[in-house]
Amino acid sequence: MTAPVKASRAVPSVETRGRSRGRSRSSTPADVSLLLLGACFVLPLFWLVLASLDAEASHETRVPAQASLENFAAIMSPGLLFQPLWNSLVLSAGTATVTLAAAVLAAYPLSRYRSRFNSPFMYAVLFGTCLPVTAIMVPVYGLFVQLNLLDSMPATIFFMATTTLPMAIWMTKSFMDGVPLSLEEAAWVDGASRMTALRTIVLPLMRQGLGVVFIFVFIQAWGNFFVPFVLLLSEANQPAAVSIFSFFGQHGAVAYGQLAAFSILYSLPVLALYVIVARGAGSSFALSGAVRG
Amino acid sequence: MPAQTGGRGLLRYLPVLPSVLLLVVFLAGPVLWAFHASFTNAGLTGRNARSPQWIGLENYQRLLVDQVFPLSLGLTVLFVLGSAVVGQNLLGLALAVLMRRARRTVSAVVGTAVVAAWVLPEIVAAFAAYAYFSRDGTLNQLLGGLGLDQPDWLYSWPMAAVVLANIWRGTAFSMLVYRAALNDVPTEVSEAAQMDGAGGWQRLAFITLPMIRGSIATNLMLITLQTLAVFTLIWVMTAGGPANASTTLPILAYQEAFKFGDIGYGTAVATVLILIGGVFGAVYIRLLREAKP
Repeated sequence: MTAPVKASRAVPSVETRGRSRGRSRSSTPADVSLLLLGACFVLPLFWLVLASLDAEASHETRVPAQASLENFAAIMSPGLLFQPLWNSLVLSAGTATVTLAAAVLAAYPLSRYRSRFNSPFMYAVLFGTCLPVTAIMVPVYGLFVQLNLLDSMPATIFFMATTTLPMAIWMTKSFMDGVPLSLEEAAWVDGASRMTALRTIVLPLMRQGLGVVFIFVFIQAWGNFFVPFVLLLSEANQPAAVSIFSFFGQHGAVAYGQLAAFSILYSLPVLALYVIVARGAGSSFALSGAVRG
Repeated sequence: MPAQTGGRGLLRYLPVLPSVLLLVVFLAGPVLWAFHASFTNAGLTGRNARSPQWIGLENYQRLLVDQVFPLSLGLTVLFVLGSAVVGQNLLGLALAVLMRRARRTVSAVVGTAVVAAWVLPEIVAAFAAYAYFSRDGTLNQLLGGLGLDQPDWLYSWPMAAVVLANIWRGTAFSMLVYRAALNDVPTEVSEAAQMDGAGGWQRLAFITLPMIRGSIATNLMLITLQTLAVFTLIWVMTAGGPANASTTLPILAYQEAFKFGDIGYGTAVATVLILIGGVFGAVYIRLLREAKP
């Protein structure tokens, strides 16, 4: 029982060499199966790219007879592209700001004070994320009707912030736990209040973590379809996720090429943000994603 | 002066208030409201919208004799089991295991492809999946190229199409969870088993999987909850049809409440969904608490 453990510990350099040799030997079948699986994941995206460049696109996937940017040119209008994207931006940035502000405030006492309420509170908050948001939409619609809040951007922002809040509190608290208390204590000695210490000492030190939470919430809000679909009625308020339906003509005709071009322009910002987060804080993002669900 | 300390203690938790307010107004409130409304005949418009009547358990009795509800419950179970528990979970694990054996560039490229489907806004992913499975879409073009049958997936096999689409869309999450988990498995143990003569499959089944069972349980819980709430993908691809053949509970709740204007009955469906989510959520939180020392 002890022998193999000792052996593996005794020869670390041989182990690593042995492993890299084993790697190249066994890699070919793994490479091939992985590439096949990867191909299955890329296939549905081909249509999106090809159709966007095809002036006569249908839902068939084909290389356009003549690649053109006609679809992109056709959607470059305030009503079709810029207004919806602007609405998406307002909605997502607003949601991320509200969420982050509330989460930072909530995380501070939960991270800094010991109390027997902390743990039940954190688990109760986590339980909130487990409730299917789609099931809550019917009652939320009812609530919005009663309070006369339908089609209100601010109200929608506050609701969307609430749905992302539980996870944001968990992420923010764990980032804040990483900032040593001793740094704040020095500030208190100098006469700073707790909120001043939070603002001047703690938040700057967890800048990167806050960035991750902000982008994380922003991406979710940007991609959210169902909430604005139910709560925002007027065309002037609709974000890109909802306005995309305008490419379905009134008589069943679908402008597939324009739909694809619009989809690509609408997706680019979140793809870029994801790359930023994955580069900057790869592991923490993967982990926070793991808890989020 | 215990009272004073108590007061101060509570005052210190004042920053938590905004979060609590948001969660109570927009999350707990709607859940309680749903519970209440499911005992009324509340409507979207007309007299029942202005003054709903208390009708007791009538909505729930209707659920039991309804043609669609049992079907929809069964389809939801099928959707969650097929696309999350089996599909995303096993495929995610397979990808993570393969990625450790494959060349670094291959696993990076395939990882990006898998994650791309996950990062895209859900409405874009839904349109891509719709085009992929449509009658003359990419899948049938491929099948035709191989000389195989080309069914109208969205019409003849709607559940198969949405299950596959959700696997495509959601596997990245399981893959990321399992990659992180596998990275945490100390290599010594596996290497010791290798020296004792255990093959690749044996090491996976008897060493690696038992060591990451915590991650497996967490992942299963989270993808179950996520999949339970899926609306956009199904709604865009099949809208629950044809003839309710792909109507899962979120679609049913939406249709009853918004299409047929029966908020009372719709919230009864939503309440069932919330209860299912609540049970899974409670189990998940128990798992987490037990995992913590």
